[in-house]
Amino acid sequence: MNSRLKKLTKCQSFWPLMVLLAILLVNGVVSGGAFFQMRIVDGHLYGRLIDILRNGSKLMLLATGMTMVLATGGTDISVGSVMAISGAIACSVVDGRILSSLGGSVTAAVLIAVLAGVLCGAWNGLLVSKIKIQPIVATMILMVAGRGIAQLITDGKIVTVNSDAYYFINGGYILGLPFPLFIVGFFVLLIMLFTKKTAFGLFVESTGCNPVSSRFAGINVDRVKLVIYTFCGAMAAIAGLIESAGIKGADCNNAGLMIEMDAILAVAIGGTSLAGGRFSIPASIVGALIIQSITTSVYAMGVAPEVTQVVKALIVVAICLAQSKKFKAAVAARLTSRKAVSAA
Amino acid sequence: MDAEKLLLRMEHISKRFPAVVALDDVEFSLRAGEIHALLGENGAGKSTLIKVLTGVEQRDSGTVWLEGKEIFPRTPQEAQETGISTVYQEVNLCPNLSVAENIYIGREPRRAGRIDWKTINRKAAELLGRFNLNIDVTQNLDAYSVAVQQMVAIARAVDISARVLILDEPTSSLTAVEVQKLFEIMRMLKSQGMGIIFVTHFLDQVYEVTDTITVLRNGEYVGTYATAELPRVQLVGKMIGKEYAELEGSAAAKGGEERMGEVLVELRGAGSASIPDVNLEIRRGEVLGLSGLLGSGRSETARLIFGVDRMERGEVDVRGRKTEVRGTLAAIRSGFAFCPENRKTEGIVGDLTIRENIVLALQTKRGMLRAISRAEAEKIADEYIEKLAIKTPSQDQLIRNLSGGNQQKVILARWLATNPDLLMLDEPTRGIDIGTKAEIQKIVIQLAEEGMALIFISSEIDEMLRCCNRMAVLRDKVKVAELSGEEISEAAIMNLIAGGAQNEQPA
Amino acid sequence: MSTLEKTRRRGGIKNVSLFITVILFVGLFAAGSVRYDRFLSLSTFLNLFNDNAYLIIVSVGITFVLLTGGIDISVASTLAFTCVFSAFLLRLGVPAFVVIPLVLLIGLGVGALMGFLIHSYDLQPFIVTLAGQFFMRGLCAVISTESIPISDGFYKSMALGKVAFGKAKLYYYVFIALAVVALAYYVLKYTKFGRGVYAVGGGEQSAVLMGLPVARTKISVYAISGFCAALAGVVFSFYTLAGYSLQNMGLELDAISSAVIGGTLLTGGVGTVIGTMFGVLIQGVIQTIVTYQNLNTWWTKVTIAALLCVFIVIQRIIAIRAEKLKNKG
Repeated sequence: MNSRLKKLTKCQSFWPLMVLLAILLVNGVVSGGAFFQMRIVDGHLYGRLIDILRNGSKLMLLATGMTMVLATGGTDISVGSVMAISGAIACSVVDGRILSSLGGSVTAAVLIAVLAGVLCGAWNGLLVSKIKIQPIVATMILMVAGRGIAQLITDGKIVTVNSDAYYFINGGYILGLPFPLFIVGFFVLLIMLFTKKTAFGLFVESTGCNPVSSRFAGINVDRVKLVIYTFCGAMAAIAGLIESAGIKGADCNNAGLMIEMDAILAVAIGGTSLAGGRFSIPASIVGALIIQSITTSVYAMGVAPEVTQVVKALIVVAICLAQSKKFKAAVAARLTSRKAVSAA
Repeated sequence: MDAEKLLLRMEHISKRFPAVVALDDVEFSLRAGEIHALLGENGAGKSTLIKVLTGVEQRDSGTVWLEGKEIFPRTPQEAQETGISTVYQEVNLCPNLSVAENIYIGREPRRAGRIDWKTINRKAAELLGRFNLNIDVTQNLDAYSVAVQQMVAIARAVDISARVLILDEPTSSLTAVEVQKLFEIMRMLKSQGMGIIFVTHFLDQVYEVTDTITVLRNGEYVGTYATAELPRVQLVGKMIGKEYAELEGSAAAKGGEERMGEVLVELRGAGSASIPDVNLEIRRGEVLGLSGLLGSGRSETARLIFGVDRMERGEVDVRGRKTEVRGTLAAIRSGFAFCPENRKTEGIVGDLTIRENIVLALQTKRGMLRAISRAEAEKIADEYIEKLAIKTPSQDQLIRNLSGGNQQKVILARWLATNPDLLMLDEPTRGIDIGTKAEIQKIVIQLAEEGMALIFISSEIDEMLRCCNRMAVLRDKVKVAELSGEEISEAAIMNLIAGGAQNEQPA
Repeated sequence: MSTLEKTRRRGGIKNVSLFITVILFVGLFAAGSVRYDRFLSLSTFLNLFNDNAYLIIVSVGITFVLLTGGIDISVASTLAFTCVFSAFLLRLGVPAFVVIPLVLLIGLGVGALMGFLIHSYDLQPFIVTLAGQFFMRGLCAVISTESIPISDGFYKSMALGKVAFGKAKLYYYVFIALAVVALAYYVLKYTKFGRGVYAVGGGEQSAVLMGLPVARTKISVYAISGFCAALAGVVFSFYTLAGYSLQNMGLELDAISSAVIGGTLLTGGVGTVIGTMFGVLIQGVIQTIVTYQNLNTWWTKVTIAALLCVFIVIQRIIAIRAEKLKNKG
């Protein structure tokens, strides 16, 4: 029994999960239980917890892609802009502003938007793996240009759509649960199966740990990176669809604004090292839920959501420091010298 | 030696790193006006000794005197201030700055508070003029050849009043003409009473320019000799751990011709950016040794075959068919395997488990989509942990927690698991305890007996003799001879490596 | 020995790229003049400075960081914070001569803190400055999510004060930008610190071995970048007379592209602030053309990102070729 407990605490998602439960519990106590209340209306579940899951779905998708990018030792700060592009394309297609021959087909709109995300991701991957530009600069190009491209697609306007099928992406219910949860579940399961049932996960971790050794062992490091950035772009595109379906339109200025930091933070909270190596997608999902529940609670308290940015920035720095060898050494040196002083 | 004439004296220097003893009770003396070669193979301790002297590392014990005063440099700056300057093989200057600036940066002459570029350029040109180097000092450093960069580095070092000048493998990337120019400068500095420590692995150069030789081996002091009185073959013997007298009549390498099979790989004029031209045949069932000093082209040959360095010319036949090895994965799929020289940076993937490290190459060989199941991976890992006697509590251990010898065995297991036809081992036993060393050597011979082709690279001649039944000797990136059967002897190899006129090699 | 002295020149990247930048600027300006009436005038030229004074200052600051091989993506947020915080303090009635030094000091301090974290604890510059970006942007929102107008007399006089050259005019705050360029040029060329910046970018290890104060240099460049961002914030609030938390999103890319288009290598060690200034002016011309063409202003961003991309790829190709040459040589 004891050893099983030990094994459980060693699991990467254990501590993040405990933090999540603690946050929920505090919320529950503060709200006097209202936090946990769920209502069933028309066979659909409603409640704070459901809100967190639904609103957190975008972040969970982004965190899934970002986990793998960070695991290879890279970064992708263009995800917010890719969300904007995907939303802009999907809404414009549904609205018939572009590709009107498709007759506003929602399926076509979704497919084209995801394809655009794949292209964006592949572009990032190409710059990083083949041309060997620092990931931050490579993805920053798209971060800024991407929002511009989205603006050009919508001609600088906020495009609203009128399509129940499209709204379903965010607001729909299946079996009483919000539809975005099924999207997240589908992709997370898919990618976890892919990383576990093929050797892809091993190759990613190996690449992140030691790219040179990996190359000597026959791993095509460049291709691994290309695939991962592409995947991250696709996840961002789907998140963009959920977002735009939620606001029933495309707002290129604000879609996915500053969400890059949340995605990176979710991964960091999940315990995946920002320097690359071991990764755990479930842990990052939990990390994303932690962030979402903090955001939701802060919002419920009536504080501006931007304020949490400040806190999040501080947490990222703290986690980075905790992972820094030099910082650990400095702290250890400080502690021992203090001990020596007190002993003397 | 007259004690008061000594410029530098190091006694009982010891330095331990967590896993290894890098220097064990080493001594070293340098007189003013002397060029002193510091020699030794990989892991001999030369670079650690230099790091201790220049303050990059601190000695654990021992004493260093400079002109009779005890010194304890903690940083390269401190060493430089006391008069010890170093010029490295990789020029430690800034390629993006002008030649003149590289000489004066950090101590620029100023006028009215601002850097006085006119004076800098004038003084730099004057200084380099004294070295017979008349170049445009306002050009960026990287506009010039490595040789010029090296001389600029020396000029900077000398100008900061060096009493002791350390040249750490300065000639590795120079042409013959450039080397002569460097030697002129060394002789000039020597005549001015400076003491020069010269680290190199080119024996010709040692005999051409140095007065004295100190040899280190395995972190221990072997001895100091007058260059003129030490024959080349004896010097090589001291470097690789065999006295020449012992060699006379030493047993020839074992046979094994009977088990040699068909030609597996043949290189014809193959070359990469780092080695010009390789002609080599490798047969099934043989252990082919690549012999030569560090930098002679032995690792470069292996890297070329394994597709790590791109092949720029020549041809490769594998199993009689002309093949293009594009990258490491193609090499693995051709049945090649390669344990690289730098275990830490090129071999292990530190944060993965032993099991993952073992199956990694097999997995890439099979392809990403055909994953090795957990059960199969465990079986493979167990099999090799037992076969190679890898000491670990479990296969879930991270490989970085293992000792060097066990890490090496895991890498070996990684390659054996791919069931290769050709296994290349580059310094597989360096920094490994004696017991494991012997085990690895035994495995090598056994594999050849089972019909595998092996390429074995080592700085230790003993080990090479024990394992190899054919030997290619390399010098300065060129194969100078191939020996097999009775021809293989320490004396013959050492003669070839030394490349000297003395003790003509046997036919 | 003549072979030895014969130099192997690979074309100084430094001068060639500054040349390309100036040619590009002149070419774009000429193209605009041919294409549009009333484009070619002193007024158009001076307006490039009037409209981009703040960007020049930010770009000069970021050039210091890029020269050491680092990166700073927090500058846009620092600029926005400066505007919002200044507007907030001014509205409370704090006099301008207190507000301005205070916000400059904050910029300097935040930059220095980030530099300290990056250097002392070996953190990646992008993650630290990314955190800085979100921290400062978040602080803006903490102060106010609404735009705060500035009605202070000094700010107003700076907003309107100008020198006229016939029809064309140059606002006073442009001279701040020009002074920053001149000062940065002097520092980078004629002080030990400035040369240390280049040396660190050329090779940090070499710089340590040559006894240069690498730690101090690395921390200082981030401090300078933060200070310049804050100064740009002050100039920007002269320009707009308001502070708004979401203004200048993505400005860090503009600043980085100015430097890169102006010949700064992202790997560090090469670049000049004069080039950076021309990089800003090129962006200004593109913006002007986009306006004349009556295009969506987002075209500017997309064009600049594309231009940046082209420059980086060219730099990479040059670097790869140089590496090959070295291996062969």
